[in-house]
Amino acid sequence: MTRPTPDSAVDSPATRPGPAAVTRKRSPARAGGLRTPSRVGWLFVAPALIVYAVFVLRPIVLTVQYSLYRWDGIGPSTWAGLGNYVKVFTDPDLFASILNAVKLIAFFSVIPVVLGLAIASTIRRIAASRLALVARTVLFLPQVIPLVAAGIAWSWLLSSTGLVNQLLGYVGLDGVARAWLGDFSTALPAVGVIGAWVLLGLCTILLLSGMSKIDPSLYEAARMDGANSLREFISITVPSLRQEIGVCVTVTVIAALASFDIVYVSTQGGPGNATMVPGLEIYYLAFSERQVGMASALAVVLMLLVILVALPIQWLTKDRS
Amino acid sequence: MIVGRREAWTGRLLLVLLMAVTLMPFLSLFVTALHPSGSYPSGLEWPSDPQWGNFVKAFQAARMIELIKSSVLIVLGVVPLSLLLGTLAGFAIGHLRMAGRNLVFLVFVLGLTLPFEGIITPLYYQVRDMGLLNTRWAIILPLIGLFMPFGVFWMRAHFVNVPEALSESARIDGANVWQLFWRIHVPLAMPALSSLAILLFLWTWNQFLLAIVLVDDPLKRTMSGALGAFQGQWGTDMPLLCAGSLLILTPTLVIFLIFQRRFVTALLQGSLKG
Repeated sequence: MTRPTPDSAVDSPATRPGPAAVTRKRSPARAGGLRTPSRVGWLFVAPALIVYAVFVLRPIVLTVQYSLYRWDGIGPSTWAGLGNYVKVFTDPDLFASILNAVKLIAFFSVIPVVLGLAIASTIRRIAASRLALVARTVLFLPQVIPLVAAGIAWSWLLSSTGLVNQLLGYVGLDGVARAWLGDFSTALPAVGVIGAWVLLGLCTILLLSGMSKIDPSLYEAARMDGANSLREFISITVPSLRQEIGVCVTVTVIAALASFDIVYVSTQGGPGNATMVPGLEIYYLAFSERQVGMASALAVVLMLLVILVALPIQWLTKDRS
Repeated sequence: MIVGRREAWTGRLLLVLLMAVTLMPFLSLFVTALHPSGSYPSGLEWPSDPQWGNFVKAFQAARMIELIKSSVLIVLGVVPLSLLLGTLAGFAIGHLRMAGRNLVFLVFVLGLTLPFEGIITPLYYQVRDMGLLNTRWAIILPLIGLFMPFGVFWMRAHFVNVPEALSESARIDGANVWQLFWRIHVPLAMPALSSLAILLFLWTWNQFLLAIVLVDDPLKRTMSGALGAFQGQWGTDMPLLCAGSLLILTPTLVIFLIFQRRFVTALLQGSLKG
């Protein structure tokens, strides 16, 4: 049985014993009486826990360990203490990648949730029509295809001769046409638009299905009291959708902070470092620049950031009941 | 009544607009794929002489048959085992309720939001030391581990709601826990299991990071990872790249359209629970 073992020798990965093959235990449990002994329960949990420990918990511990060393992945490592962390927050390039991820939240989360709310409340009345059923399927497509494909398709749409510029030309905005992903000032928003496209459908449908659970008599009562649709939206729709909004925000914020696929395909972090995000920076640091310690420090910061953002959202939007 | 009708029309218009925006990238891929290979078409323009042969060319260039085979093998390695392990653990935590279940559940749940990039570096060295680099196991085994938080979370949510009386009566009839699990609880868990299977299939098929880091040979990767390699190789030939992207999209699209109702409910439940 393998456990997350704290490795003593970070500097000699070749001699490090690899964890033994994962053994799965079946429980030939014999129940003694009506109540099952805890031992049996643990036998049921053991296989999942072992795989999880070997391929997730152990790497997490190792990431923390690596982050305290300076290591090129091959030679000996030297103790760096918190030096890598200091660098993550003081090196302008590294810190900029974290800031970029935070800026992406505006596109990955704010646009899909706000626009999704607006769209869902507009189409609420026709939610049962055949058009809406077709729309449900169509709007889910971005969720089903690989993000890599979305990245490729959008790189093409946003290129200097792409459809976006063509459409802008039709409405007389030739002046603003450009290679959206190659321009320092528009590259990050352009990547954000791709993320918004991927997540808008999911948020809209999620919110719409939440709206269908709201008791219609609430709206009737509000109408009787003379409420207009904006007032209805603010005092009935939004509060009732607390849980759904929470889910949308959590999913999309994590997608923004941990973005990788879209950026890798559409800009590779460029131009310059304009669209560099932590996920991509970790990849470059660890596997091309061979700064494993630095990559790991950034990885730890990223994991903490995601948890620090996700937990309060969960807590805030939890059902009060 | 008039207001209601106008609202309905605004809604319909908005919906159509939204669908158009969603479909635009696919349409652009398709139209571009029909231009002569190596050309640099501009915008959305139907070609004078559609090159349907581009799809055949891309099919051969991407070696689609081998790619599909590789992805299927990876899915077959990941999904059944993840379902089994997740169900066993979810059953114990949600139904058997052994001592210490809250702690172990918390340990799993903490992994729910873990970005894969966070552990990719040590995972690379670990998989290398296990001698699995550049094999499909390099994707399969870590993915099973990474899916455990969601799998356990999902199955526990199901088993927590199964009435205890069900087990009690079976016990009186002399069934042991193992029989109880397979004969009564697994069949009852089928709806939850099939939704989970769909989600895991999708996440495996589209997995990109693990594929590009742990496996060099595109033919041993997932579809998504192979598409990354295809882009690197044919990135300058727009029509061929577009044709290849569409082909690589097709299997997921076909499966999605066949099982669309299940997919949509699974994804909705998945994000609500997760």
